[in-house]
Amino acid sequence: MEKTVADTIREITREHLTKNNGLLLGQCITAVGWIQNTVPPNAPGLVELPMSDVSGPGFAIGAAIVGKRPMLVLRFQSFLWLAVSPIVNYAAKARDLWGKGVPIFIRAIASEGKGTGPVHSNCFHSIFMHMPGMRVCAPMTPHEYQEIWTAFLKQDDPMLVSEHRRSYLSSAEMPDIVHDDADVTLYAISAARFTAVEAVELLKKENIRCNLVHIVWLKPFELNERVMQPLKKSRCGVVIDSAFEIAGASQSLAYDLMFAAGVPVRALGQFDRCSGVAPHLENGTPTPQRIAEVVREMVRNKTSQH
Amino acid sequence: MSQATLQSPSARSADFGALPQLAETSSKENSIEMFRRMCLSRFFDEQAYQASKEGLLKSLIYLSAGQESIAAAISTVMSGSYIFTQHRGHAPYLCFGGDLEKFIDELLGLPTGCCKGMGGSPCIQDPKIRMIGHEGLIGEHVPIAVGAAYADRSSRVVCFFGDGAVEEDYFFGALGFAATHKLPILFVCEDNDLSVLTPTRDRRTWQIHDIARAFGISAIDIADDPWLVQHHAQEMSKKLPGFLNVRTCRYYWHVGAGQDGPPEWDRFALVQEKLRAMGLGARAAAVEKETKEHVESVWKRRLQTQSAK
Ligand SMILES: Cc1ncc(C[n+]2csc(CCOP(=O)(O)OP(=O)(O)O)c2C)c(N)n1
Ligand SMILES: [Mg+2]
Repeated sequence: MEKTVADTIREITREHLTKNNGLLLGQCITAVGWIQNTVPPNAPGLVELPMSDVSGPGFAIGAAIVGKRPMLVLRFQSFLWLAVSPIVNYAAKARDLWGKGVPIFIRAIASEGKGTGPVHSNCFHSIFMHMPGMRVCAPMTPHEYQEIWTAFLKQDDPMLVSEHRRSYLSSAEMPDIVHDDADVTLYAISAARFTAVEAVELLKKENIRCNLVHIVWLKPFELNERVMQPLKKSRCGVVIDSAFEIAGASQSLAYDLMFAAGVPVRALGQFDRCSGVAPHLENGTPTPQRIAEVVREMVRNKTSQH
Repeated sequence: MSQATLQSPSARSADFGALPQLAETSSKENSIEMFRRMCLSRFFDEQAYQASKEGLLKSLIYLSAGQESIAAAISTVMSGSYIFTQHRGHAPYLCFGGDLEKFIDELLGLPTGCCKGMGGSPCIQDPKIRMIGHEGLIGEHVPIAVGAAYADRSSRVVCFFGDGAVEEDYFFGALGFAATHKLPILFVCEDNDLSVLTPTRDRRTWQIHDIARAFGISAIDIADDPWLVQHHAQEMSKKLPGFLNVRTCRYYWHVGAGQDGPPEWDRFALVQEKLRAMGLGARAAAVEKETKEHVESVWKRRLQTQSAK
């Protein structure tokens, strides 16, 4: 069997806890499936937190200050709003303020659908991009996860890792798709990478050719060759994200891309409304259909301008 | 009552904190009424369980079964209060007289549900009984309940939560504010010894009623015998704020339709037994039958409505 994202996280964690004197803090770790099998059962250094959603991150930060590189797991991203203060007000500022970073690795798990509704249908990585001193990423493949972990070990700043349940059982790597004569360039983040792949297939049948550039790092977001070249050629783009669109990662990246390339780039994320429990009230990652619709419109506008 | 009489060898036992002759000296009407409310909640949850098992109900459900004696007792003392619950709110909703059809519709995700299908089981509300909905973040409703008690001194507030919720940082702040301002609020901890599946012993060493007492709030730690809960709630309601820690057992899974194993005790069965011993067996059986038929018929009707859509 091929190694899944969940396997990768578990192995990285095991190594960190057993060989690196690491810590992993979280709620309900042991009793309920070891966080979707991402935590090695009974490894040393596991800290079963009480339900202290505000002070829990403080414990992790304290441990980091005295030399650990703790992993903090949040089983749902809605809890980030409770955890956020010590992370952004202390950990993220520490390097600028005191010249010494606080290396905490925050695993925040996004989920959606299946009746998770307003409580647990959430993806909030965008709020951390706002804060200087934070690193923010959303790995969706085993190799990417390994890479962001290596990056974490190399530098002492806090890192928000926006995971998505949808990726856990996946073992596939996701290479960019780039054509010389593409009509549009899609940039996809988090679980939107899976729906974007489907959208590309859907649009191919309509003779709309899409580039697809996968985005792992939201902050820093690098406007390098890999990212810019396809957009310069296709002359329009869409950034698609699992989080909210307004003031979110999709709008932020779209702005950077648009400004750098001088071509229209749209942002597409969750609708500006609370997600409901009933299937018809859900609000999650843009579906392939929704992505396709936006792409069609962009391509139409582009041709009408010429 | 002295503190010493409250300490039994194990706090987690069905007769923890028991007082002699409490049920026997209670009026028959009162005993039957509490049992009726327990039936309402238990049979409702059984229907929800069934519908979920059969795939007719697709949203996530947090069942109260096993713990319903607490709300059944509290609702006889605190009716008319603002009611705040957390995700496990079925029993308070039903025992305080929440609308049955709107509840079922909510679980079925229908626009006629008590939250129009937005929230489902953890978010239920009913303005008619002044029950305020929960947003799913554990314990966050406790400061909110305290705020309501602060702003409306003409009303009382009852706030239900679990043994996990009391570990939240903001829980302590809420207790402190209620104590400082002597707010008319009754805190009720439904202590099932579990946070999802993590037992209390893996999470902490301290007891929440000790913390409440340290704030100067009168607090008591008892098992979920409805007569006992009612007795203490009545005493406390005379001088709020008050804190009840009630040891109880969740009958089903944390979420969804399934069972982790047999509960340590099933209060529902113990109350049935007690009523029989008190010579109320026939009346209890009649109430049980009547309530069960009522709940089942409403469920059946709503499920038919749904499948007609
Ligand atoms: C702020 C917050 N942290 C964590 C969770 C995840 N969670 C949902 S229910 C639960 C356990 C709650 O335990 P308790 O308060 O004892 O209530 P019970 O389920 O036992 O009735 C947890 C940890 C949550 N919903 N909100
Ligand atoms: Mg509990």
